[in-house]
Amino acid sequence: MAKITFVSHDGTERTLEAKNGMSVMEVAVNNSVPGIDADCGGACACATCHVYVDPAFLAQAGEQQEMEKSMLDFAENVKPNSRLSCQIKVTDALDGLRVTTPESQH
Amino acid sequence: MPAGEGQRIVIVAGGQAAAQALQSLRQGGFPGALTLVGDEAALPYQRPPLSKGYMKGEVEEERLYFKPSAWYEDQNIELLLGTHVPKIDRASRQVQLGHGGHLPYDYLILATGSRPRPLPVRGADLGGVHDLRTLADVERLSPKMVAGRRIVIIGAGYIGLEAAAVARQMGLEVTVIETAPRVLARVTSPVLSEFYAGEHARQGVKILTGAQLSHLDGVDGEVSAAILADGTRLPADIVLSGIGILPNEELAKDAGIACSNGILVDRDARTSDPHVFAAGDCASRPLVHFGRSGRLESVHNAIEQGKLAAAAILGLPRPAEDCPWFWSDQYDLKLQIAGLSQGYDTHVIRGDPDSRKFAVFYLKNGTLIAVDAVNSPPEFLASKKLIMSGAKLAPAVLIDTSTPMKDIAAQAAA
Repeated sequence: MAKITFVSHDGTERTLEAKNGMSVMEVAVNNSVPGIDADCGGACACATCHVYVDPAFLAQAGEQQEMEKSMLDFAENVKPNSRLSCQIKVTDALDGLRVTTPESQH
Repeated sequence: MPAGEGQRIVIVAGGQAAAQALQSLRQGGFPGALTLVGDEAALPYQRPPLSKGYMKGEVEEERLYFKPSAWYEDQNIELLLGTHVPKIDRASRQVQLGHGGHLPYDYLILATGSRPRPLPVRGADLGGVHDLRTLADVERLSPKMVAGRRIVIIGAGYIGLEAAAVARQMGLEVTVIETAPRVLARVTSPVLSEFYAGEHARQGVKILTGAQLSHLDGVDGEVSAAILADGTRLPADIVLSGIGILPNEELAKDAGIACSNGILVDRDARTSDPHVFAAGDCASRPLVHFGRSGRLESVHNAIEQGKLAAAAILGLPRPAEDCPWFWSDQYDLKLQIAGLSQGYDTHVIRGDPDSRKFAVFYLKNGTLIAVDAVNSPPEFLASKKLIMSGAKLAPAVLIDTSTPMKDIAAQAAA
């Protein structure tokens, strides 16, 4: 289990309990966190679940695969802490994670 | 007049388009009653994983749901699951419910989807003959997917080939038969067909193209073999049919709504009845970037039309109509498709198929109309935008892998 705080682009915060093994995207979608579309449902096919990960948690969020890297390269407003949230698996190590959602996925 | 307080919107059937319409209607501020009536017993769920991870047992059922059941309660959405709608009475604006009774509507969204085209051969009703469309289909099929068993897959489209990949990974002996001279013939170019046929062959799948199924043989009511027109006998423990889908348009047709290979809709997903909308696989829509109408069988289309219908009903501005896109996962190959390649006059291969990372661009009169990108997200993502802008691209530019796709896109946009 991990507590994850989602911060929307306007600063609104929501802290949610996340089960291990789910993706950060699923936690967001199941709880209707705004700013994440996740059109493909987590297949790493659409790049519409882009988030910014608290830099302190980048290592815990896991290694980026080649597919994710090249998908992110085409997202809008990419930063060094950008990730596709469907590719981050919830683990105990993510307890306290803060992710910020962009204003739009397009 | 847009929908509002005191009104009821009814959505028939609960797939991707329905789930999107529900979300968009509530996000758009619709305060009235919202009811989803669907044949299937499960909460609205994602279908793509059925022929991929879910079939392999990698994903639990709950993870396929678009939203958990609590969400429907929070949003005050009434779910009538496992409920068939046999008839629409447009004059009194009501839908009939299978178990009796009626449900009135102010606006109706038909998101009835599609169904597998039935196998038109003798023996199709034997035990062990399966379709792959619903959770219930996978529940019937999964326990039989045991290493060493023989599965014969009828049809080498995306469903057939995705299922072949999964079956092979699970250790089954897999044969795919296809009437066309090549795999994926209906949906892509010979370049991709050759690549995927080669990949499946390397993985140990036997592919028979130009093969006509004659009938299925059975023993004690269970399928035992697929027999081809030339007499070839393919012993089978399981037969899986993937020969295309048919739009579920009968409900609309019977109510006198215009249909032609799908429920005909305008750019706002509105049918010939201004109070009835249709979205997803069942709808035939204007394909504005391609100058024609047609049905798209895809996640993108279902999401987009769900949004279009909701916006039109609420009197909100029309959401963007994006470039059509699709994907298919087979083995470690991710195919991402943007645009519609039908009618292309030139194709350009960027990269080397042998490297398992390449893209095929399709051009018509010099304009990019589609791409098939294998393990190549940059080519896919750049093309989505280039296709929308009607970009003209020289084959020599697209073929040059020393120039990153990002730069090619930037130059084309300049």
